Amino acid sequence: MSEAERPPAIRCAGLVKRYGDVTAVSGLDLTVRAGECFGLLGPNGAGKTTTIEILEGLTPADAGEVQVLGRHWGGGAADRLLRQRLGIQLQETKLPEKLSVEETIRLFASFYPEPQTVETVLDLVELGEKRKAWYSKLSGGQKQRLAVACALVNRPELLFLDEPTTGLDPQSRRQLWEVIAVFRAAGNTVLLTTHYMEEAERLCDRVAIMDHGKVIALGSPRELIASLGAEHVVEFTLADGAPVTVLEPVLRDLPGVGAVRVTDGTIALTATALHVTLPALTGLLERRGHALASLTTHHASLEDVFVALTGRRIRDA
Amino acid sequence: MRDRALAQMTLAWMRGFYREPEAIFWVFGFPIVLAFALGIAFKNRGPGELRIGVLHGGADSAIARVLDTSPALAAGVLDSAPALNQLRTGRIALLVVPGNPIVYRYDSTRTESRLARLEVDDALQRDRGRADPAQVRDDRVTEPGSRYIDFLIPGLLGMNLMGSGLWGVGFSVVQARTKGLLKRFLATPMRKSEYLLSYMLSRLVFLLLEVGALIGFGWWIFDVGVHGSFTALGLCTLVGAFSFAGLGLLVASRAKTVEAVSGLMNLVMLPMWILSGTFFSYARFPEAMQPYVRALPLTALNDALRGVMVDGASLAGVATPLGVVGAWGAVSFLVAVKIFRWR
Repeated sequence: MSEAERPPAIRCAGLVKRYGDVTAVSGLDLTVRAGECFGLLGPNGAGKTTTIEILEGLTPADAGEVQVLGRHWGGGAADRLLRQRLGIQLQETKLPEKLSVEETIRLFASFYPEPQTVETVLDLVELGEKRKAWYSKLSGGQKQRLAVACALVNRPELLFLDEPTTGLDPQSRRQLWEVIAVFRAAGNTVLLTTHYMEEAERLCDRVAIMDHGKVIALGSPRELIASLGAEHVVEFTLADGAPVTVLEPVLRDLPGVGAVRVTDGTIALTATALHVTLPALTGLLERRGHALASLTTHHASLEDVFVALTGRRIRDA
Repeated sequence: MRDRALAQMTLAWMRGFYREPEAIFWVFGFPIVLAFALGIAFKNRGPGELRIGVLHGGADSAIARVLDTSPALAAGVLDSAPALNQLRTGRIALLVVPGNPIVYRYDSTRTESRLARLEVDDALQRDRGRADPAQVRDDRVTEPGSRYIDFLIPGLLGMNLMGSGLWGVGFSVVQARTKGLLKRFLATPMRKSEYLLSYMLSRLVFLLLEVGALIGFGWWIFDVGVHGSFTALGLCTLVGAFSFAGLGLLVASRAKTVEAVSGLMNLVMLPMWILSGTFFSYARFPEAMQPYVRALPLTALNDALRGVMVDGASLAGVATPLGVVGAWGAVSFLVAVKIFRWR
């Protein structure tokens, strides 16, 4: 079956979840296609975890409809059959401290009718050398790989990962990305949440950017970045703290500049071509007698998309 | 596959328990230390040796020698200053002042001293040729079964079953809940009934070791035997362990934090430590309290255990207390299943 013919792995519509006065998820619609890696991206408190746990059937929604692999969560034996097809890694699971890696995998394998062998799973997450080590003695990256191993033990068709690499060092992060890539190569589906832009850009076919319990942008990372209208971002601050509002309209007229945004004294320009914009910018500042305190440029990222949409950064939103 | 999940979960709780050195001490070491200490302190020593002082002078050494031949007495010759000091501080029960007449110096309000006076007088009079007209024979009651330690061991066994059942189950249930392990399990096709059952089962595997350690210790050091059948004893401990595991599950069924469950468990156990006749007979409590005291699961379990171990009762003989224990377990478990906080 080609991907277009396969029914979606997840479909939800009008999801609402409130905790007291706080609305964690506020009318969320989402479709995750079979075989894709879909990312929920957003700052802490955006409702990512609540959303993923509703989809996992662990948290009941106040309103809305959820379909996972063509089924609804309804309790009873049907739920157990559905769970056999899912792999789930929760954001904060502390596995039993005094169980070894091997014992933990065997424990989770025992919940499924046809699990993979412990060997296979150990190889998959490269924890073979640590098989006898207690969970409490593992490093952060190893603990996280064990959590993913437990999610993979039943050969799931759909894998949920809630901030799988938060707090991990770059090497551990890449190791986990590798595990996810292998899983996807077999045609399986992944839904993950993250607040790392790089992770979303690297792993996800499509991302939904979430803020305040809603999806505020949806598309492939490339499409979303392209929607900024420019590939580069130039950020600078002025040494003399001159009133930047005066500069704003002038900056907008510089060649190749798309949007101009000022946050806390930092001025950010989106630019299509740096070699055109940068000389023009420095020339302008010189003519006006402003000195630069700092100037950086980077490729436009999902972070910039989030800033463009909300005026806030994901990290400190 | 289903039974495998049950076995794996049971194993997981067991491993979590026996890999915790503190837990091992509280379950195995502590009751044995307690039994040993109490066994020594309350050991039936009979009257024991009474220390007697003989004041220096006159026929002192002859008198001391005569007193020493009595198995109940240990005599020593003392000068007057240390003699009076030791008498005042109770290190000697009586001071013999040689002479004619021989003087016994002692505090007549002290039972030990009055006993010493009888023993000393008896020894001295016999030595001087007194003949007893009546033939008598001593029959000392020291056989196993009627000593304090015989009362104590079954009580400690009951108390231990309560403690390890409540702590063993309650603590790990709440820990699994607070650390998110329960949620992670719910994300698998695990059966909830098996989850709860696995906690109960994990307790039973330790049961044999726990009971074996304490009974074995009592038998080896203090010669505390089991007068009833081991089958009956086994069944009593089994019902007891299940019952307190159920109670542990109930105590932990709603608690959200380890602190909360610890408080609840102490609240449940404290009255039973005092009331349930572990260290002394609950018959000492007023008559009006007796029905309530007897309805407590630990009281009932202690009664059943003592019935089998001390009185050699059959299962039928301890059916009533055992029924009380079982009922507590069954009701606790059913309520726990109903009100268990899964999220």
